[in-house]
Amino acid sequence: MIRIQARVEQSTLMKIASPILAIILTLIFSSVLFSTLGKDPIQAMHVLLIAPLSDLYNIGEMFVKMGPLLLCAVGLSLCYRANLWNIGAEGQLLMGALGGGAAALALIDSTSIFALPIAILCGVVSGMVWAAFPTYLKLKFNSNLILTTIMFNYIALYLLLWAVHGPLRDPDGYGFPESALFSDAVTLPVLFEDGRIHLGIVLAIISAFAAWILLNKSHIGFQIRVFGEDEPAARYAGFNGKKLSWTVMLIAGGLAGLAGVAEVTGPIGQLIPSISPGYGYSAIIVAYLGRLHPLGALLSATFMAVLYMGGDLAQIEIGVPTAVVGMFQGVLLFFLLACDFFIRYRLTFISNQPIQE
Amino acid sequence: MDAELLSQILFSAIKTGTPLLLIALGEVICEKSGVLNLGQEGMMLMGAVVGFLAAYSSGSVGLGVLGAIIIGMFMSLIFAFLVLHLGANQVATGLALTIFGTGLSAFVGSDVVGQTIQGFQPIIIPVLSDIPFIGRILFTHDLLVYVSFALAALVSYVATKTRIGLIIKAVGENPHAANAIGIKVLKVRYLAIMFGGGMAGLSGAYMSLVYTPMWIENMTSGRGWIALALVVFASWRVGRIMLGAYLFGLASIMHLVLQGMGWSISPNLLAMLPYVATVVVMVIISADHFKEKLLAPRSLGKPFDPRQMA
Repeated sequence: MIRIQARVEQSTLMKIASPILAIILTLIFSSVLFSTLGKDPIQAMHVLLIAPLSDLYNIGEMFVKMGPLLLCAVGLSLCYRANLWNIGAEGQLLMGALGGGAAALALIDSTSIFALPIAILCGVVSGMVWAAFPTYLKLKFNSNLILTTIMFNYIALYLLLWAVHGPLRDPDGYGFPESALFSDAVTLPVLFEDGRIHLGIVLAIISAFAAWILLNKSHIGFQIRVFGEDEPAARYAGFNGKKLSWTVMLIAGGLAGLAGVAEVTGPIGQLIPSISPGYGYSAIIVAYLGRLHPLGALLSATFMAVLYMGGDLAQIEIGVPTAVVGMFQGVLLFFLLACDFFIRYRLTFISNQPIQE
Repeated sequence: MDAELLSQILFSAIKTGTPLLLIALGEVICEKSGVLNLGQEGMMLMGAVVGFLAAYSSGSVGLGVLGAIIIGMFMSLIFAFLVLHLGANQVATGLALTIFGTGLSAFVGSDVVGQTIQGFQPIIIPVLSDIPFIGRILFTHDLLVYVSFALAALVSYVATKTRIGLIIKAVGENPHAANAIGIKVLKVRYLAIMFGGGMAGLSGAYMSLVYTPMWIENMTSGRGWIALALVVFASWRVGRIMLGAYLFGLASIMHLVLQGMGWSISPNLLAMLPYVATVVVMVIISADHFKEKLLAPRSLGKPFDPRQMA
């Protein structure tokens, strides 16, 4: 007989094994799904996971997608560690793109070396401002952070649409809802000759390490961890919850804003209506899959970027809609939550035979 | 503003508010039993796409509605299993359900994007629809709007006047006490979550079979989230949910109203209105922290593990 038994202590092994197990289960699930759709599952897996890493160009594109995912996920990891349910990375990213993009357009005739840093700074600040609204409303009026951040995502999306249809539309753009192309002085430098790997990706990786140092080696990081694990204890210790909430939310907003401005001054090169294929939402899964650990996010963002690439290739090569990626992300998070059960519980095998007297 | 225009606006506000009403009626029962399901948007999208596919392939809108309700319940069962049996975090699981539903609905609906069907037709109720002003607003709708009126009355009655309502409330307020007097807490929560799922599916079907009789990716545009705010706004009371749903409906059609009055404001700016309104309302409601704590189901969002009782 199998029985479920509570563990005395949380299993560290399962904490690490659970994401890997969840990925394996998701792959099995998707193979079955592809088979029922009449696609060869092995070919499908190849397209989804191997092909994105098959040549240098594709690997470069994978990094281009990994950058924004990682930036958002690092910020979200800090938020979730501190029990702040920020779902607003998507909106903060879009506002970063809009704010940074507006600055880039204002500096379109500039050749100064400061033009690009100014545009990036505007993007980061825009993301922070967008995170500041829900934070203020939560701390001042106790409003639900999940719902306000979601609402601000929608508001940001419509602000962006308004801007590209209205004030920031390229006057010479034949009426398309797009801004003018940014000049070279406000475009992120590309690291290698071919491909689109840009400086933003380096910043993303640096941010992951910086967040790791912040979390593990600083007093603020210590407070974040205590607040997340035992809020009454943190209050008893006299930690300032409001200040901490502000710090964490502004970091997350700034990183998401950086992701947004890096997208528009990097691979996109102008403001368009569709800047993000849901990076801010996927980053929630990236953060969880990375165990809310900044360096874990580095691994899981890479995996998620491969999946994004695979989704694009799957549409071209085996005629499966790109939307399949979104579904796999949901399945992955389900399996992860299910596997996490075994962090707190274990199965024990008990002999059915009666004990001999 | 003349009476004709006003009645047209109020008619549209009810029509636009109906999907919010349907989904919020499901969510309020779910929350009353102590479970916060943030997967509303995902379940609603699945209801919309499956309802559309079923109606599109069978030619029957009735089958579409049925399919939507079933898929909504099925989706909610995944959530129920994870949070009730595996003790998964309700917030994270609800988010997963929304992400999963958004992706899956886009995936299964990719072949029928932009196809149209013959949706529900308005049913003009004789006599009642002849009442001046009110008749036009209330009694010239399609079947699902009348169903939503009936469901609101039913949910209100069951929640406040019946034994079932009392059991749900007991489970939501104090699951340990409910368990002690022999109520099967997990069973009640399963059923409440499934009711929420079915209503979310129905609400989705309203979007794809009535409101805009077609399927478009993400066509619910955050209504599942607004409904969650609506339940808080209504302090878990059905009458207020109805009022709130129609107010949000009004906010969603304000751009049409203002355009009709000759104002020229960017449609993209006006499209923000329902979301801004949601934020404003939430700030007003939750500023009174004490009141919200008093009215919310006490075990809302907290897991109940019968294993720990033994």
